Amino acid sequence: MKTSFKLSSGAHIGTRITVSHIMWQVMLALTPATVLGLYLFGWPAINLFVITVLSALFFEALCLKLAGRFARSVLLDGSALLTGWLLAMTLPPWSPWWIGVVGSGLAIILGKHVYGGLGQNLFNPAMLARVALLISFPIEMTTWVNVSPLFFTESPGIVTSWQITFGGLEHLDAVTGATTLGFIKTEFSQNHLLSDILTEYSGFLNFIGWTRGSLGETSSLLLALGGVWLIRQGIIQWHIPAALLLSVTLLSSIFHLLDNQHYVSPLLHLNSGAIVCVAFFIATDYVTSPNTPTGCLVFGAGCGLLIFVIRTWGAYPEGAGFAILLMNAATPLIDTYIKPRIYGRDHKGKPIEILKS
Amino acid sequence: MLSFFNPLRIRGGVHPEAHKTATANLPIVTDFPLPKKLYIPLQQHVGKPAEPLIRVGDKVLKGQLLAYSQGMISAPVHAPSSGTILDVNDYPAPHPSALPIRMIVLETDGQDTWMLAPTVNDPFQLTPEDISLRVGAAGIVGLGGATFPTAVKLNMGREAHIDLLIINGSECEPYLSCDDRQMQERAEHIIDGVRIMLHSMTTTNAVVAIEDNKPLAFLAMQKAAQSFAAITVMQIPTRYPMGWDRQLIKYLTGKEVPVGSRSSEIGVTIHNVSTALAVHKAIRYGQPLVSRVVTVSGGAILRPLNIEVPLGTLIAELFTFCEVKTDAVARIIMGGPMMGDALPHVNLPTVKATSGVLALTQSELKNTEEHPCIRCASCISVCPAGLRPLDMANNIRMNQLDAAVDIGLKDCISCGCCSYICPSNIPLVQYFKYAAGEVAARQQAQHKSEQTKRLIDARAARFKRIADQQAAEEQVRLAAKAARSHQLTTDSDTSTILGSRLAQQSEVDAH
Repeated sequence: MKTSFKLSSGAHIGTRITVSHIMWQVMLALTPATVLGLYLFGWPAINLFVITVLSALFFEALCLKLAGRFARSVLLDGSALLTGWLLAMTLPPWSPWWIGVVGSGLAIILGKHVYGGLGQNLFNPAMLARVALLISFPIEMTTWVNVSPLFFTESPGIVTSWQITFGGLEHLDAVTGATTLGFIKTEFSQNHLLSDILTEYSGFLNFIGWTRGSLGETSSLLLALGGVWLIRQGIIQWHIPAALLLSVTLLSSIFHLLDNQHYVSPLLHLNSGAIVCVAFFIATDYVTSPNTPTGCLVFGAGCGLLIFVIRTWGAYPEGAGFAILLMNAATPLIDTYIKPRIYGRDHKGKPIEILKS
Repeated sequence: MLSFFNPLRIRGGVHPEAHKTATANLPIVTDFPLPKKLYIPLQQHVGKPAEPLIRVGDKVLKGQLLAYSQGMISAPVHAPSSGTILDVNDYPAPHPSALPIRMIVLETDGQDTWMLAPTVNDPFQLTPEDISLRVGAAGIVGLGGATFPTAVKLNMGREAHIDLLIINGSECEPYLSCDDRQMQERAEHIIDGVRIMLHSMTTTNAVVAIEDNKPLAFLAMQKAAQSFAAITVMQIPTRYPMGWDRQLIKYLTGKEVPVGSRSSEIGVTIHNVSTALAVHKAIRYGQPLVSRVVTVSGGAILRPLNIEVPLGTLIAELFTFCEVKTDAVARIIMGGPMMGDALPHVNLPTVKATSGVLALTQSELKNTEEHPCIRCASCISVCPAGLRPLDMANNIRMNQLDAAVDIGLKDCISCGCCSYICPSNIPLVQYFKYAAGEVAARQQAQHKSEQTKRLIDARAARFKRIADQQAAEEQVRLAAKAARSHQLTTDSDTSTILGSRLAQQSEVDAH
């Protein structure tokens, strides 16, 4: 037997769950919605997705090299891949290649590595990049193509898709339009009422994802399934999604009941835009969300409130990105004020008093 | 009083793989070959080390007192077998540091002859105080691992008029099954020990709490306890660290023990099942604590077993008996894999606290490849004490130890749940143990510097006082001298003579 062993403090045993395991589980949960999105928007969407993910990995490798921390295992721990993936999901499906590259650069460099890398960032990198892109390139970021699935005759083939991705949409008369939320916003500005606006709206198609929207955000059904699976796997907790969805439902219900011609119904809210994706996959980002269950409830409810407020009264039809960033900024505050109670102490940290029975 | 039957929320905790079946289904080995030499540390308990009263060369019998307890919180040490005292000297301690501590080396004579001890037929005729005295004299300490002298706890329980005695049979650490086996095989003796403890604390209610992954132990204990209405045997959920006394108290009574208080202050005392068994042996048969059941297990052990061994047996002999695959051993642990200590080598003795000795292979150990913290907060959700390990670790990494203390470093019980769950393999408990040691060292250094400063100030004050005194004397002397010369020049004058005499007098007084 060896004469001396390496010493270490307990626990000597541990779970087999690692950081990359968590990242891959999240990606697995995103897969159904992503595959549907790629199918619905065809080859240009696939190009954009691949470009965004690869450039995220490239920027990650570059930053790690510059920081002197490059290692294959760190690059492939799944975090950069997941950031790129999530960003791609939130982009308009036929965006040009540089949107993906610039977005990934913003996410990885400005969103993550300037703070010190994995675990140090204040804001969700994907949302930071998306919001920066939206403000900088409003045209590209609000050009929504109609659903044009793979292998349909009217959908672009591989060659055309390269033209779209690298040449832009100008030369093509691709059929574009507004998202449901965007459409409602424009119509409201012309003083139309909801009952006139929503004549062609199909809740079911929206629910399964057959609608204009961001690459991977259209299918509330598949995203919700993936999210619930993540909760069952114990990767995320239910608090943030539940609080977020509930607060949006509650607020929109109240306003819809008060005035159903000017306030969108809760079902439409939950069914549109980024809300389900954000609730399960973005707001639940460990790094940028609070540490305690109660804190998570506050965080989720805050996100829901802000999404509703921005959607209803703000200039942008969708407020998820802004809401997440604002609540990310509030996370350290939430963690300062909402802390678990230590055993044998009261909430202020004083030893609890002994009750004489 | 029935409130403890309502299941209450358990805070934190993890579900590590049990690995108990290898040993839990085999009977306790009682014919372990007697070692040639036993190394008996004088400190096997919380408190002051015992003081030896034998000399090298003395012949002793099994159970004979070797070292007596010192002070309020201490425990005596007895001979685990009969033989000759070879040495009283410093030998490596069963501790990660393996630093030398005082031990008695006993060469056994192979006879294992017990010292004659009076048996007590009816312990319930003894006074409660007498039982505490006997338990203390038998060297019994908490055998769950805390090794707090049991007699002190019995006295505290009696003085605080507690209304519930909890017997901890949870044995929540993976791999360990020594309590489980003892409950299966020696249930009646344990229950008898519980009754004696109740008598000693003059209280009437006892609950034996057993994790529900030990159904056989539960049935055996329930059967043994059924004729005693005072003792309830109940199952509790299997969830590490259920055996943490304060977690168990919270679960059973709904009450929390305030920080800085003892459980007896809220009317509860908690003892381990093995301790109850030791009390039974000590009171009924006058046998002091000279052996204990040790689980020898782990992936590198070919014959995992529970063995009753004399205290002071070297771990190396246990491993030889249980056939260890020497090249497969990656870490040796005394205790369980969650809270136990890694040992640097095997030539260390088993002591009263040794519930298990594990030889784990690399594949059983936690991966040590560390990643950055992703703030997943798993550590917060599993912490039974309600701490924020990730924030504490951050503070410690930045050397802000005071900040770590402020957010609860001293409330950490080192249960290891956070290290166990961490997906980034951050050795959180190691951080906390380091920080706790560092804080203690700094406090000691600060105390020392304060002490030094106080001494320096006192010295300066003393010197100043002496200097002042000398100056005053000098003044008086000069005054006297002036008076004398005045007297010489202006002839005799009674008043000046008187004055100079007074001055001389004060000079003498001053000396």
